Amino acid sequence: MAKKKEKKIVDGLLKFNRVHPVTNVAITALFIFLALLCFMPALLVLIVSFSSEKSVVTIGYSYFPLEWSLASYTYLFNQGAYIGKAFINSIFVTITGTALGLVMCSTMGYALSRPNYRLRKFFSYFILIPMLFSGGLVASYMINVNVLGLKNTYWALILPICCSSFYVVIMRTFFQTSVPEAIIESAKIDGARQIRIFAQIVLPISLPSIATIGLFFTFAYWNDWMMAKYYLNTNMQDIFPLQYVLITLENNIDFLSRNAEFMGPEQTNNLPAETVRMAMVMVAVVPIACSYPFFQKYFISGLTIGAVKG
Amino acid sequence: MSTTTLKPKQKKKTQGTNGSSFDNLEIFLLHLPTTIWYLIFCYAPMFGVVIAFKNYKVRPGKSFLWSLFKNSKWCGFDNFEFLFKSSYFESMLRNTLAYNFIFIILGVLVPVTLAILISQMYSRKMAKVCQTAMFLPHFLSWVVISYFVYAFLATDAGLVNNIGKSLGLTDGKHAWYADKNFWKYFLVFLNQWKGMGYGMVVYLATISGIDNEMYEAALIDGATKWQQTKYITIPCLRPIIGIMFIMAIGSIFRSDFGLFYQAPRNSGALVDITQTIDVYVYKALLERPNINMSSASSLLQSVCGCITIVAANLVVKKIDPDAGMF
Repeated sequence: MAKKKEKKIVDGLLKFNRVHPVTNVAITALFIFLALLCFMPALLVLIVSFSSEKSVVTIGYSYFPLEWSLASYTYLFNQGAYIGKAFINSIFVTITGTALGLVMCSTMGYALSRPNYRLRKFFSYFILIPMLFSGGLVASYMINVNVLGLKNTYWALILPICCSSFYVVIMRTFFQTSVPEAIIESAKIDGARQIRIFAQIVLPISLPSIATIGLFFTFAYWNDWMMAKYYLNTNMQDIFPLQYVLITLENNIDFLSRNAEFMGPEQTNNLPAETVRMAMVMVAVVPIACSYPFFQKYFISGLTIGAVKG
Repeated sequence: MSTTTLKPKQKKKTQGTNGSSFDNLEIFLLHLPTTIWYLIFCYAPMFGVVIAFKNYKVRPGKSFLWSLFKNSKWCGFDNFEFLFKSSYFESMLRNTLAYNFIFIILGVLVPVTLAILISQMYSRKMAKVCQTAMFLPHFLSWVVISYFVYAFLATDAGLVNNIGKSLGLTDGKHAWYADKNFWKYFLVFLNQWKGMGYGMVVYLATISGIDNEMYEAALIDGATKWQQTKYITIPCLRPIIGIMFIMAIGSIFRSDFGLFYQAPRNSGALVDITQTIDVYVYKALLERPNINMSSASSLLQSVCGCITIVAANLVVKKIDPDAGMF
């Protein structure tokens, strides 16, 4: 009863401490504007991808197309081999990369979180140094291509970005704060080896942190286009990820539509070049746009823990 | 008394069982793959920087290492000398530093302001929706964003030209991708547009972690909203601002390759204002190969970045001992 009353007083205080209602309206208006600013470009591209080619040719890209059409998506579907392959490549790279990245970061993070690990200090510096100094793009490129022979392989899309000191530090902090020492202690007394402790005790308790880092990796791999740009030749279409297809497809469609001009107006109208581009963009965006609101809270927890000093 | 003498002893005992050499070996084996990854992908390139001090020549059919160590002569700092003398060096350094300078200042000011404002909104639900929408650009790749930009700025079909034409403001034929003056500011806008949601969330998380009692106490003492912000919120945000600041300063010689290369669609007309060190390194490595120049600028970037991050950390630690990163 007393507690309830106290809470009421506190609530009243907080209410009293709010900004002026007019200020609130101004702030709300500002944030609605900013939210629209972030969201409207995506909506424009979505609408363009659903409008007919004729509409785009006549009035350009618009939020209010003259007519709606599914032509671009039908085209993508019929040209399925190329796009479908890219989609599968992206998924393959994302899954493999995420799994590998998680193993890399969690094992290192675990080792650094053990207070009695004798090499802890050494390996803390070992992962800190690459955060401060790197060989740079040219040296990495030369080694990856000429020594490791990664050029034009799937590995080029996966390996160079499958671990990062930043994620290791996040993992270490997670393990330090969320895994009680007593549990590990008791498992040791029961005779469990470190590998077993890690796989059967530490990992299951740390599932939220694994999910967070896993999401970081998933989004990073899905969005990655730089590795493809560095390490894939333009004729290696079989292993193009979706993002890289987006870069190259533009030229290809230009090429197709230029050819179509020689075929006569009918074919030109049949090829929805402008809208297909935007449909492709949507194929790459929709999985992310639909999933990130659900995972947002993991990202936020990851961000805040990551900001704890290393 | 007896407990105090017992405690250290107990601790020592647990340490003994925990830190046996067998355990150490197992933990080492556990993270061995990661260690190998670091050696190959982080440490090997560090030695790869010798390429910047060589006149790199490839002989077809011979291995890279043979080319580097047997076929290429040491040339000291010749590559750097060429780089400093070249016409584009000044512009690429200026672009990188100037843009980053603006980005760092705005990157603290804008998200902190937004975070403080959004924390004052009455409706938590509305705030959540806005925050989610503003987070969206963070999850999009520059390739995708370049298409968004294209939908607005394309010369023939772009929305901006079309609206300008229908309102009678312009002739609707403006070539945005050749307009340096516009892109100068637009690059800054794009950077903020992509980053503000992320930055806001980082600071907002800290703000929501501040104990409400502090505000209540301040309120009872008659503090205004402005004073509460100035004397409670901002001091609480200081450590995290410090960390974000160090990270930003440490990458002052780096630039977002996607922003400067992909978003302007590598437009030749914009090269004066979009060529940063990263863009140059990429172009000199893969588009018009000039390995000597490329490796020299790449190494220069790494060394300067390393110096700035250590220096920034020292300075921030001097000001506020808790705010340092390492």
